[in-house]
Amino acid sequence: MKKSKKYSWMLFLLLPLLLLTACSGGAIADQDIAERIQENPTITWGVKADTNLFGLYNIEEGEIQGFDIDIAKALTKVITGQEGNAEFVEVTSKTRVPLLKNGNIDAIIATMTISPERLKQVNFSDIYFAAGQSLLVPESSTLNGIEDLTKDHTVLAVKGSTSAQNIRAAAPDTNILELENYAEAFTALQAGQGDAVTTDNAILLGIIADNPGYRLAGQPFTDEPYGIAIDYGQENFLNQVNEALDTLVQNGTYEQIFHKWFPDEEVPDLKA
Amino acid sequence: MIELLSTYGGMLLRGFVNTLIASVIALFFSMIIGTLVGILQVSKNKFAKGLANAYVQLFLNIPLLVIVLFFYVVFPMYVANINGYTAGIIGLTIYTSAFIAETVRAGIQGVPAGQMEAGLSTGFTYWETMRYIILPQAIKIVIPPLGNQFINLVKNSSVFAMVAGLDLMYYGDLIASETFNTFGTYTMVALFYLVITLPLTHFMQYAERRLAAKD
Repeated sequence: MKKSKKYSWMLFLLLPLLLLTACSGGAIADQDIAERIQENPTITWGVKADTNLFGLYNIEEGEIQGFDIDIAKALTKVITGQEGNAEFVEVTSKTRVPLLKNGNIDAIIATMTISPERLKQVNFSDIYFAAGQSLLVPESSTLNGIEDLTKDHTVLAVKGSTSAQNIRAAAPDTNILELENYAEAFTALQAGQGDAVTTDNAILLGIIADNPGYRLAGQPFTDEPYGIAIDYGQENFLNQVNEALDTLVQNGTYEQIFHKWFPDEEVPDLKA
Repeated sequence: MIELLSTYGGMLLRGFVNTLIASVIALFFSMIIGTLVGILQVSKNKFAKGLANAYVQLFLNIPLLVIVLFFYVVFPMYVANINGYTAGIIGLTIYTSAFIAETVRAGIQGVPAGQMEAGLSTGFTYWETMRYIILPQAIKIVIPPLGNQFINLVKNSSVFAMVAGLDLMYYGDLIASETFNTFGTYTMVALFYLVITLPLTHFMQYAERRLAAKD
């Protein structure tokens, strides 16, 4: 009896914990992020850690680096005044929306294409990267876009990918050869088995980063732009992000970051 | 499966024709190369024998896919620009001729040694004995295993799909990934392969019977 009494008061210690968990679930996700930033100026971004050039974990330096990361840092600086206020949480394509809905992260900046299906679940900022399908060609190639393709050209694609279907629709006269994966398609290009490799420009830029001597031929010919996902009900924060993005484009920070990651590429007009 | 045929039948047929042509070309050349190498393997000439043995050992022990990829990727970089179809045919010929060489060698060695000695003692040269005495007997021994090699060759041509070789398997892959009807597509592909291999099997069995009847 004495013993149980000794422990029973400890239950009271758990009480506030219960209260805390009870209210936090709804509260954090429902809290207005723009208001919270006034008191606690940190913004938590969900980012990829496995995507070359956009968000890739650098083991040597112990941090995630990439275009998405730098844009997030710059946006944080504009909104809160300090770059260091940006916090990063690693997400995957599967986990990012649930984490956003729970309030674990404030926004997703993780190579996420704005699509009608996704807009049913989350809101999107303006475009921050003009992603789309593009052509990868050797530096010496005469191809400067999909309109230059003729029936004498051969384009290499990956079997079963939507990019193979897109290119067949966009350039019906051109020969299309489909290989097993990007590595094989690129190897075939190196071996002269085709004139160009086609898939998303983000992937092609990753290939170029590791293999100098290749370039993209013109602007993307499909429209699959990346946006920053923010939950519905956070329209104030969304406006802040959009304004900050405008600021970055206007003061040249966007261009600077773009060229840091994609040195030879033309800065796209995001409003187009 | 009917819808599949009506929509993609043309593609499958194109693949079928390409596979058939590739098989016939590869079969023809691998027969010639294989028989030659097989004869050299049992020849008296040390140098020719060593060379033939090296050829067989090398290509017998490398996966066909690796050989084909070599001709698809490396060959165009340094020698001549060939497409996946040609690379496939060359790879398939080289690979199969190593197996045929082994079969032919076994066939020749299966003819009793006394036949060669008898031929030589009657005044035939080595090559004449080979041509008129040894090889006609060796062919009978060789026919059944050779038939297996032919059938393997047809089926092995499916590696063309890996180098965009426009064969039956390549088109099968494309159709399967476009329609998501994997089972139906590959069943069709299998049936098309049977159209080539079943008659081939029966032809080889017929040849076997005909040669046996002559004894």
